[in-house]
Amino acid sequence: MIAELGLAALWLAAALAVLQMVSGAFALKGAEGAPNSLAIFARPAAVVQALLAVLAFFLLLWAFAITDLSIKLVATNSHSMKPMLYKLTGTWGNHEGSMLLWVGVLALSGGLLAAFERRLPERTMGATLAVQGFVGLGFYAFLLLSSNPFERLPVPAIEGVGLNPLLQDIGLAIHPPTLYAGYVGLSVAFSLAMGALLTNQVNPSFARVLRPWVLGAWVLLTFGITAGSYWAYYELGWGGWWFWDPVENASFMPWLAATALMHSVSVLAARDALRTWTIMLGVLAFSMSMLGTFLVRSGVLTSVHAFAVDPERGSFILALLGLYIGGAFTIFALRAGAVAEGKRFSATSREGALVFNNVMLSAILAIVLLGTLYPLLTEAFDVRVSVGPPYFNPASAIFAVPMFLVMAVGPLLRWKEDKPARIQFEVALVAAVLIAVISLVTILGDYPFLPVLGLGLALALGVGALLPLRGRKLSRVPVATYGMVLAHFGVAVSLFGMACEGAFTQERLAAIAPGGTEQVGDFAVKLESVTPVAGPNWTAIEARIAVSRDGGEPVILSPQARNFWSPAQATSESALLTRWDGQLYAVIGNQAEDGRWQIRVWWKPFVTFIWYGGLLIALGGVLAIVGRVRVDVKRRKAADMGDERRADIEALDAAAPVPAE
Amino acid sequence: MNRAIIAFLLALLAIPLAAQDTMPPAPYAYNQLDDPALEAQASELMLTLRCLKCQSQSIADSDAPMAGDMRHQVRSRILAGESPEEIRSWLVARYGDYVSYNPTISATTWPLFAIPVLMIVLVAGVLLRRLGKRRDAAEDAA
Repeated sequence: MIAELGLAALWLAAALAVLQMVSGAFALKGAEGAPNSLAIFARPAAVVQALLAVLAFFLLLWAFAITDLSIKLVATNSHSMKPMLYKLTGTWGNHEGSMLLWVGVLALSGGLLAAFERRLPERTMGATLAVQGFVGLGFYAFLLLSSNPFERLPVPAIEGVGLNPLLQDIGLAIHPPTLYAGYVGLSVAFSLAMGALLTNQVNPSFARVLRPWVLGAWVLLTFGITAGSYWAYYELGWGGWWFWDPVENASFMPWLAATALMHSVSVLAARDALRTWTIMLGVLAFSMSMLGTFLVRSGVLTSVHAFAVDPERGSFILALLGLYIGGAFTIFALRAGAVAEGKRFSATSREGALVFNNVMLSAILAIVLLGTLYPLLTEAFDVRVSVGPPYFNPASAIFAVPMFLVMAVGPLLRWKEDKPARIQFEVALVAAVLIAVISLVTILGDYPFLPVLGLGLALALGVGALLPLRGRKLSRVPVATYGMVLAHFGVAVSLFGMACEGAFTQERLAAIAPGGTEQVGDFAVKLESVTPVAGPNWTAIEARIAVSRDGGEPVILSPQARNFWSPAQATSESALLTRWDGQLYAVIGNQAEDGRWQIRVWWKPFVTFIWYGGLLIALGGVLAIVGRVRVDVKRRKAADMGDERRADIEALDAAAPVPAE
Repeated sequence: MNRAIIAFLLALLAIPLAAQDTMPPAPYAYNQLDDPALEAQASELMLTLRCLKCQSQSIADSDAPMAGDMRHQVRSRILAGESPEEIRSWLVARYGDYVSYNPTISATTWPLFAIPVLMIVLVAGVLLRRLGKRRDAAEDAA
């Protein structure tokens, strides 16, 4: 029954998406103030559709929880012996389930928008919901026609195949759902941008409606990427935290676009400038989300040729991609001329700095896009090229370095127009920190160029990020400003971690017998013993490694080499020793013929700052949302009270002339 | 006679094949070079070579046996005095461009370098148009 209910819910939701689309489109026909009588269905359709899609997702979750092996998806991706947590997270650890999660979040965000957003003019709202319904419809069709998660097996399986052991980790519970919520939250930004463009409502009040969605999606993306990076770091067992892998790039590109969009929206809300630019970024951000979905979900990454042999799913998403992105940019090209230019500003103004960095973010996005798609393109012509860190790092640095420099001082500039001389002290301070750090590190040792540059930029940016608070009464600074300061500071922290990891990591790979000791950095690493252990669905060998820093009290680390039996696969579980100034990363490998064990140990100074920084950035975003929403609510309350008072006075006035004889 | 030679040659071919499954990892697959300077060279190079059996990992990030063999190749060749770029070209000659994460300008990769240059020009153009003109407008207005 579960599977049939879920499938029915999905079909109904798809039907409601059609209703939402058509009804929303009718809103465009009505004049403002006299809504079209067919337009009233859009909001309820969106809300009910959200409930149905979420219901479908929970039904699949339930099927995984009870390991219903008559459902094909459960049988091929789950196993009755798996711990409950991984049964549940396994729901989205596969193609169909993750697409259902995607569609569920899409419907949910559309439903939230329809239920709670009352500030937009009805026509704009109708157009927005129509676009949202249209996008939803495409992905319902994809799910129902080519990736049905509720497909039954003719004969129920006796036991499931199990889940890839690398995915059997708490990371799977956190990383994909947040990332998907971020991806799909951008769909609302896309729909709102299209709605405003179609009804010519690109103005500050539209920007204030758009802003929380962009901020929210951006916070989730930031958090999702940070969590994913840390997950890869401890799970893959070699200490790498970013590989410029196409799957990672697929999440990084929407983040870059959303970052640019968020800043552009702020300019539009505060200054009524950058109108078309904001709309374009809104379209771009969700386009990148869909492109990411295509890359990850079509199988094109495993091999272009495998994709060409079985192209059903891939070409479906590709067609959707063409339809939505092509359609959006066509409308943009047709309508952008009608959107008035917006307020002007000089180059040395806060808007000027924001435009500069928006362009830099877009350029980095273009580099990542190029490096990700180019190998796929050549592979189609049987030429295999690899594009990796040696390409991405310097190519994106060309644009990232000027961006960080402008970012350090940009927030100090005034809106509209400013004299550079006014902030010359701050600029000099930031430049001094930059030059001092770089020269100091260069004198102290021979380190690679980019990490040293990154170190200088990180400290300069760290100082620059705090400067907007200088000379202000801290209790009177708006919450949203604290959000900005915190997020910018987080970028500095993260950059600092990356640079330190790149420049100062120490590595020790060795074969040692139990009782033997190796030295890495300040740490003496002693292999005490190696013993077999067993878990619910794996067996492993576990090493007891005593680690002591500068001869201090030893700490025991227990890395494992696990062997899962369903599916059969080996993984290394690294053991981490976290200190404030870095992490010791230990892995146990194979046993050599002479009885010694392979161990790998890294001392990575300040590597944790990469993810602390990511968390600070996300927290900054949360503060910005809280600050903006509080101001909005306050303003609305004040307006309501004003209206009430005016209504009271009018009522009194109306009452007064009644003759009182 | 001929048959004996062929059989002998076939047997020679078969030895490595039979040995492959049970062979322990090569000595330098999981062990560092003693000289830190040479090891630094080796690890810098290994980070830019693709593990051909994995999805988007360098040979310095992989447990695959083939990545281990390639690490051994890199370290032992560095020890024998070859330069990292010589080793890279040897690997590229053997496995194709695909093995190197560091694309060089060639007939098939030039867009990877031309497009960023174009982008710099484009970015400069956009910035001049958006920011340069504003200043003129402001001056006109003033």
